Amino acid sequence: MRIGVVTFPGSLDDGDAARAVRIAGADAVRLWHGDSDLQGVDAVVLPGGFSYGDYLRTGAIARFAPAMESIADAARGGMPVLGICNGFQILCEAHLLPGALTRNQHLHFRNRDQYLRVETANTSWTSRFLVGQEVLIPVKNGEGCFVADQRTLDELEAEGRVVARYIRGNPNGSQRDIAAITNEAGNVVGIMPHPEHAVEALTGPSLDGLGFFTSVLRALAGASAGGQQAGGQS
Amino acid sequence: MTTQPDTATSGAEAPEGKPSGFAATDVLVNEYDGGPDTVERAEHTSDELQPHTELGLKDDEYDRIRQILGRRPTASELAMYSIMWSEHCSYKSSKVHLRQFGEKTPQNTRMLAGIGENAGVVQISDDLAVTFKVESHNHPSFVEPYQGAATGVGGIVRDILAMGARPIAVMDPLRFGAADHPDTARVLPGVVAGVGGYGNCLGLPNIGGEVVFDPTYQGNPLVNALSIGVLPVERLQHKEAAGVGNVVVLLGARTGRDGIGGVSVLASATFDEEAEQRRPSVQVGDPFMEKLLIESCLELYDAGLVAGIQDLGGAGLTCALSETAAAAGTGMRVWLERVPLREASMSPTEILASESQERMLLIVTPENLDRVLEVAKKWGVWATAIGEVTGPAQGGAPGRLVISWNDHVVVDVPPGSLADDGPVYARPIREPADLILLQADKAETLPRPSTGDELRETVLRMAASPNLADKTWVTEQYDRYVLGNTILAQPEDSGVLRIDEETGLGVALAVDGNGRFARLDPYEGARLALAEAYRNVAVTGAEPVAVTDCLNFGSPEDPAVMWQFAEAVRGLADGCQQLGTPVTGGNVSFYNQTGAAAIHPTPVVGVLGVFDDVARRVPMGFTAPTGDGDLLYLLGDTDVELSGSEWAWVTHGHLGGRPPKVDLAKEQRLGALMARASQSGLVSAAHDLSDGGLSQALVESALRRNVGARVSLPQDGTSAFVYLFSESAGRALVAVPRGHDKAFVALAAEFGVTCNPIGVTQHEPVLEVRDEFSIPLDEVREAWSATLPKLFGGAAELANRQGDPEHAADPTAPAGQDRGDEVLEAAAAGPAMETAAPIEADGIPAASVAEVKDPVPADEGRSVTLELTEHHDDQD
Repeated sequence: MRIGVVTFPGSLDDGDAARAVRIAGADAVRLWHGDSDLQGVDAVVLPGGFSYGDYLRTGAIARFAPAMESIADAARGGMPVLGICNGFQILCEAHLLPGALTRNQHLHFRNRDQYLRVETANTSWTSRFLVGQEVLIPVKNGEGCFVADQRTLDELEAEGRVVARYIRGNPNGSQRDIAAITNEAGNVVGIMPHPEHAVEALTGPSLDGLGFFTSVLRALAGASAGGQQAGGQS
Repeated sequence: MTTQPDTATSGAEAPEGKPSGFAATDVLVNEYDGGPDTVERAEHTSDELQPHTELGLKDDEYDRIRQILGRRPTASELAMYSIMWSEHCSYKSSKVHLRQFGEKTPQNTRMLAGIGENAGVVQISDDLAVTFKVESHNHPSFVEPYQGAATGVGGIVRDILAMGARPIAVMDPLRFGAADHPDTARVLPGVVAGVGGYGNCLGLPNIGGEVVFDPTYQGNPLVNALSIGVLPVERLQHKEAAGVGNVVVLLGARTGRDGIGGVSVLASATFDEEAEQRRPSVQVGDPFMEKLLIESCLELYDAGLVAGIQDLGGAGLTCALSETAAAAGTGMRVWLERVPLREASMSPTEILASESQERMLLIVTPENLDRVLEVAKKWGVWATAIGEVTGPAQGGAPGRLVISWNDHVVVDVPPGSLADDGPVYARPIREPADLILLQADKAETLPRPSTGDELRETVLRMAASPNLADKTWVTEQYDRYVLGNTILAQPEDSGVLRIDEETGLGVALAVDGNGRFARLDPYEGARLALAEAYRNVAVTGAEPVAVTDCLNFGSPEDPAVMWQFAEAVRGLADGCQQLGTPVTGGNVSFYNQTGAAAIHPTPVVGVLGVFDDVARRVPMGFTAPTGDGDLLYLLGDTDVELSGSEWAWVTHGHLGGRPPKVDLAKEQRLGALMARASQSGLVSAAHDLSDGGLSQALVESALRRNVGARVSLPQDGTSAFVYLFSESAGRALVAVPRGHDKAFVALAAEFGVTCNPIGVTQHEPVLEVRDEFSIPLDEVREAWSATLPKLFGGAAELANRQGDPEHAADPTAPAGQDRGDEVLEAAAAGPAMETAAPIEADGIPAASVAEVKDPVPADEGRSVTLELTEHHDDQD
């Protein structure tokens, strides 16, 4: 499996996302924001950071990158896309996911080890979790407060598209404690906390983040006719 | 616009050597009508009066410049000399003392570059090296806390980058005035947000530092920043502008008017009520630009396109041009009109003096120029060829730095005269008159708690005191995870980073200082800071190998301050010699002074350690016991040493006596023991004993993972109080899993380290000291964690979740669970204090945090002239 990790100017966790992909057992393919060629990857991770400095509005410029146009097309065609932190913000700006991420309510950047409850396993990125499973994953953001209008929030709830919620404390004031959501098809997931920072015992608070990356491998293997082609490229 | 400032007036107002306040740009912009002040013009107007005093140059220094040039300097030259000969750049007061670091420091085969370079470089394996350095950004951070701190981070990171390294982490030792002083509520949140805002956006984990409160820093907060980077040995870069005909390229941000005269003007002008006018002298940071600068420089290094490189820091182009040329002994020809500007109207002097951030100066061969510009274009940063390297003058004399602006030659000087030939002063030194009395006023005679209940109350009160309290409020604003190699970060004793994912090769870094100890005895205080940082690295299991320092002091013109400085440098140099850890570089910050009151002398010492495999690092927290609990040992000797201690300060507001003794041989043995124990996997936790003594070490190790401890103090005649609160050096608390105890005790004996069994860890979350007291960890945690949120905002739980009707009635989050920081800070427009002050944290007696006595009235001297100067460059 080949999973692309996009580097925008100002991306910071791109190396960490690529490491997580490798630890999960896939090949990480580095994609450049200015290149619309996705090099035939099977899935894409939009990593955390401050793309273009995020001086305007988080993710507002990155959505126009040539790579993003290709990714948006591929996502609409069913390719799994995971947006982490800044990646989540970019997915919202690109209208691949509803809602927006705004300044944390307490107005501080916050980095802590955060408990989440996984609310659905019906996405390309969470199939290896159990519904209701509690996981521990670092959160670190200054603009991670998820907001949407009431109807959108109700729709997300009703359609089972809230992927994970903050538990034991909401670190940024997100509405309905939402930490992650997905699109109708379940292939595009945006998550504010950083699963790529919870993949090694030595550096993370847990190994819980690995499940997001192994989930997509299973989804891709299932999609590619019983996994016949899996691992065939490197 | 007049050509000349009114020298008659300013001369009358300004006391000798102390220029009065003036707007920086008034002097620097002034050039003669119709064009810049050229060399040609200077030759014909030799008698023209020049504002050298206003620029901080003394009369004899000015005469020397005329002598060097054989004429009067042009306006641009005068500005350049004033910058390069300032204390900041020339180290004119400290040079004679700093020499000891070179003379006394043992030569070390790991050292690839040392003092004099942008940062010291230490080899850690056959093909990898790390470079690290700490420097100050004290004064800008007082004027404008956010930008001052942010650009402090940016500046040190560029120093690391200039060595050829990829920056991989930052640390920040911070010192503020009294925790409950209103101005601290202005400065601290801004500084913390600035450190976080810049470092987070650069993608550098913040792995440690200090947050210290003391009234001595009231008008002079200390914002020191440390960065570390890693490089393949062969990628080491140099600043020499070698190779005649090579091109001088300015890379990064465009040059603007920000920070003009930050070094010489803001740094040496006396502050008065017009201080607000100095605001433009503080630089403004753009971390995104710096991130691009880092990536483009690394790509250039890897492609072998860089012949020489220097960052643009405190003295902008002036410093970079003269230092690169002087280092190579070459000359340089620069065309200033080529420099990309933010404001087209900037004069040549302003361009040379600008301290705009996020710029680097590259020396590249002509054939590589196009490829350099291509890389810059890829990353979207400006790159402009602004000059070329020229040869020596006729007769073999060093080349000259010739700078023109639109065909006017405005500078023609020997670069070495700027960079290397600045004045050097052996300033008078005299022991402070009050020192004998201060040292006679010992804390060992103060009333002590004696009963178990009094000890219990003291443990809680100490844990809640601002200097010992939980610093999560600060550290949560820093990203500690980015880059994925952080093995340990604050509040651990050291930050530990993995360098090589294959082998586990890594480094440990700790940074420490204790201004109170140094006030009581600067020689011992410097050695205590060194010992503590060394110990913090050693207890994690790493081998300490090198040192960096940031020396924060008052005015060097005060013989008492100069004595403190001389003593501290001597102490640090002696200590490093004994430990075999060379000082690789650092920085001196003088003039941290309000009126006649200098800050406590505050040498801050950073120690770098090396791990062959970071997997064996020893954390500070007790681990959850699987069976009977781990055995606890107290390593080292405990004496009755309370002078200068946190206990004396918190409970009596007392500072006096002599600081604890330092025995560096013991520190070395302790370090060697911990390295061996870590290699053999004998210890599950280890925590250095320092501020607050054993009491605080137990509290912190227990709270880390909520694991209790049953402690039984040695019955050897030393009182429980002394065991708990003495701050004797050379000690550590370790937890040893059962089964390893015999081996560990034998190892301690082998290394000659005193090893007292003092109890066991326990599942039950209670800290018990036998025959004395017992405290549930929840109670300690509440005391320990409430202090900072209460002072700086966030004490109220998000119970009401104002502004979010979704959760108006959410009863789920129990109070205290999230350390009470889910507060909505009323749009945070005002100081956090305002919202936090009326909020009572549950169950914490207000007295526990508010009773820090303030022996120095915080406002003393504030009506007097506020004199501040800042220096933040390399040691020579």
